[in-house]
Amino acid sequence: MSDLNKNYYEKITFRDALRLAIHDSMQEDEKIIVMGEDVAAYGGAYGATKDLLKLFGPKRIIDTPISEAAIVGASMGAALTGLRPIAELMYVDFFGMSMDQIANQLAKVRYMFGGQINAPMILRAQGGTGRSAGAQHSQSLETWIMHTPGLYLSIPYTPNDAYHLLRAALKINNPTIFIEHKLLYNTSGILDKNNPDQIFGKAQIRKKGKDLSIISYSRMVNFAEKAAEELAKQKIDVEVVDLRTLNPLDRETIIESVNKTKRALVLSESCYTAGVPSEITSIIFEHCYTNLLKPVIRYTAEDTPAPVAPNLEENYIPTIEKIVEYSKKLCK
Amino acid sequence: MTQSNTLLPNLYKTMKRIRTFEERVGELFIKGETAGTMLHLSIGEELGPTCLGAAMQKQDTFTTHHRGHGIFIARGGDPKKMMAEIAGKKDGYCKGKGGSMHIADMKLGHLGANAIVGGGIPTVVGAGLSSKYLEEDKVSVAFFGDGAMQQGILYESMNMASLWKLPVVFCCINNQYGMGTKIDNAAGLKDFSKRAASFGLNTLHIDDLDIENAYVKSKEIIDKARKFEPGFIEVECYRFFGHARMDKSPYRSEEEEIKMRKSDPISYASNQMLKNKIMNEDEIKKINEKISIEMDEAMDFAINSPLNNQKEIFTDVYDESEPLPISVEERINKILS
Ligand SMILES: Cc1ncc(C[n+]2csc(CCOP(=O)(O)OP(=O)(O)O)c2C)c(N)n1
Ligand SMILES: [Mg+2]
Repeated sequence: MSDLNKNYYEKITFRDALRLAIHDSMQEDEKIIVMGEDVAAYGGAYGATKDLLKLFGPKRIIDTPISEAAIVGASMGAALTGLRPIAELMYVDFFGMSMDQIANQLAKVRYMFGGQINAPMILRAQGGTGRSAGAQHSQSLETWIMHTPGLYLSIPYTPNDAYHLLRAALKINNPTIFIEHKLLYNTSGILDKNNPDQIFGKAQIRKKGKDLSIISYSRMVNFAEKAAEELAKQKIDVEVVDLRTLNPLDRETIIESVNKTKRALVLSESCYTAGVPSEITSIIFEHCYTNLLKPVIRYTAEDTPAPVAPNLEENYIPTIEKIVEYSKKLCK
Repeated sequence: MTQSNTLLPNLYKTMKRIRTFEERVGELFIKGETAGTMLHLSIGEELGPTCLGAAMQKQDTFTTHHRGHGIFIARGGDPKKMMAEIAGKKDGYCKGKGGSMHIADMKLGHLGANAIVGGGIPTVVGAGLSSKYLEEDKVSVAFFGDGAMQQGILYESMNMASLWKLPVVFCCINNQYGMGTKIDNAAGLKDFSKRAASFGLNTLHIDDLDIENAYVKSKEIIDKARKFEPGFIEVECYRFFGHARMDKSPYRSEEEEIKMRKSDPISYASNQMLKNKIMNEDEIKKINEKISIEMDEAMDFAINSPLNNQKEIFTDVYDESEPLPISVEERINKILS
């Protein structure tokens, strides 16, 4: 990251966009600290905090022991008492050891105490499959968070969104869980610091279309875009909706899109049963029932843990080929 | 050779087998034949697993952390099936579904490696409870890294083991680092034995390269655990290479690495054998060659092992007498047909 102070980047990685967002926010707000395992000297397991130690020093960029419950709980404690922590869990799978602090403490502290206090913090974590990391390091656990009132949830796909969603979350007084897909860090795109396009809580139409809505988030938006390209060649005009935040959830955009296209496929890397797509599908049924020409399809990972073997892992999640196949059937 | 003359060669052999196995895992990775890059080698850390492995009895059980290949080998793991697992292949211990970090062999008492730091620790408390209840004379040993010393679950587990007087040993392989974080930056009190002692456990701190002595001392702790006095063993060592295959250790100096790699338990043991005339150089060389061939064969076995059938995505989620989970494809096709 040679030039930190530009307003426009033609091509920047998702990772660097996150670093820039943390950097810019920390410059503006002295109350922001970063804490997590290997975030300082190591620069973050995924490089999202690289070099920040040099710029901000060990008082603000803090390496922690491998103690996830305390990382989340202590961040909340700091948030209650004047700081604005950005905590990092290396993997969403480690929600496992910190779920009490996330769900019973962080999510509920404001409500239980009658609105006396806010816990303004971000909890970043990395999720998803794609590295043969196995059942304990490949999950998509956004459902756990979405099912817990009190937590905002961002799950960006592009570098521009990663930057602006992180920046926005640092200006909101609610706790925000921020989930980054492990295969997105090296992807790149534009970053326009002046163009946040009213981002927090608004979905983004990545491609306009009239025949079918594919509704997705995070890395699966990329699969949706690629499938849409292929389908365009076959004269099927797909609308790709990128939800970007799951709480707040932009119901209006979903409903408007499906009322227009009259067909929907909801795409996600989480498991099939009781996942985020189940919720989206319900919303579509509730609001678009009379317009629907076909049942809504949920296309997700299997209802099994993630296997390590690469040839199994690849087919454990949705494939572009099958998105195309199901879309064609939906549009027949 | 007398009994005392076979101990050191046997311990040496196990350490050398562990090291050579790990070197072949490194080669398998370079050949692009491993499932992923999350391969945590135990090169430099052979002493602890080897002496505890030898001090345990056949019926004993154990769990390991993510850096567990060495412990598994020391307890009789088959290098071929291990290597195939690391390659994510059908002939692996777990059909390639677990990989390096989630390997197990219930027949050998390996109750599971774990990719969650500290995740496997309470399992041995339960195994100790079963052993006591069923009167099976099994000690259960949890192996974990220094990183797990900072996980709350360890303290809940040590307390239960102490409270219920279980045949359990907690073994911390302290290689000085948790990924890039040095132990000094992770532990408020580095004298881990003190922590364990405060729960009422017998403790042992191994911090030199004399493996015969370490073996005798750790056997005492394990034998006491068999009589329902749970114990804690810390083995200090050094992680010779990066955390996982992609890590080039930029957070520590080359001088440190060069200096610390001189504390090599394997060359120390072979020098001991030469010095005490237990074996000559030729004999050691022959052992090494045999091990080298064994591990080459393991690597070839992994490379030639077939890929999994796609159906394996769905097997093993539930007991085999239960129906398989319905695939997403089947569900969607039913809706769209
Ligand atoms: C609960 C949990 N937190 C973090 C990680 C990520 N992680 C994997 S290994 C590791 C370092 C573990 O250090 P240590 O326990 O000392 O074992 P070593 O790797 O040194 O053998 C970390 C932080 C994890 N796998 N599980
Ligand atoms: Mg360690």
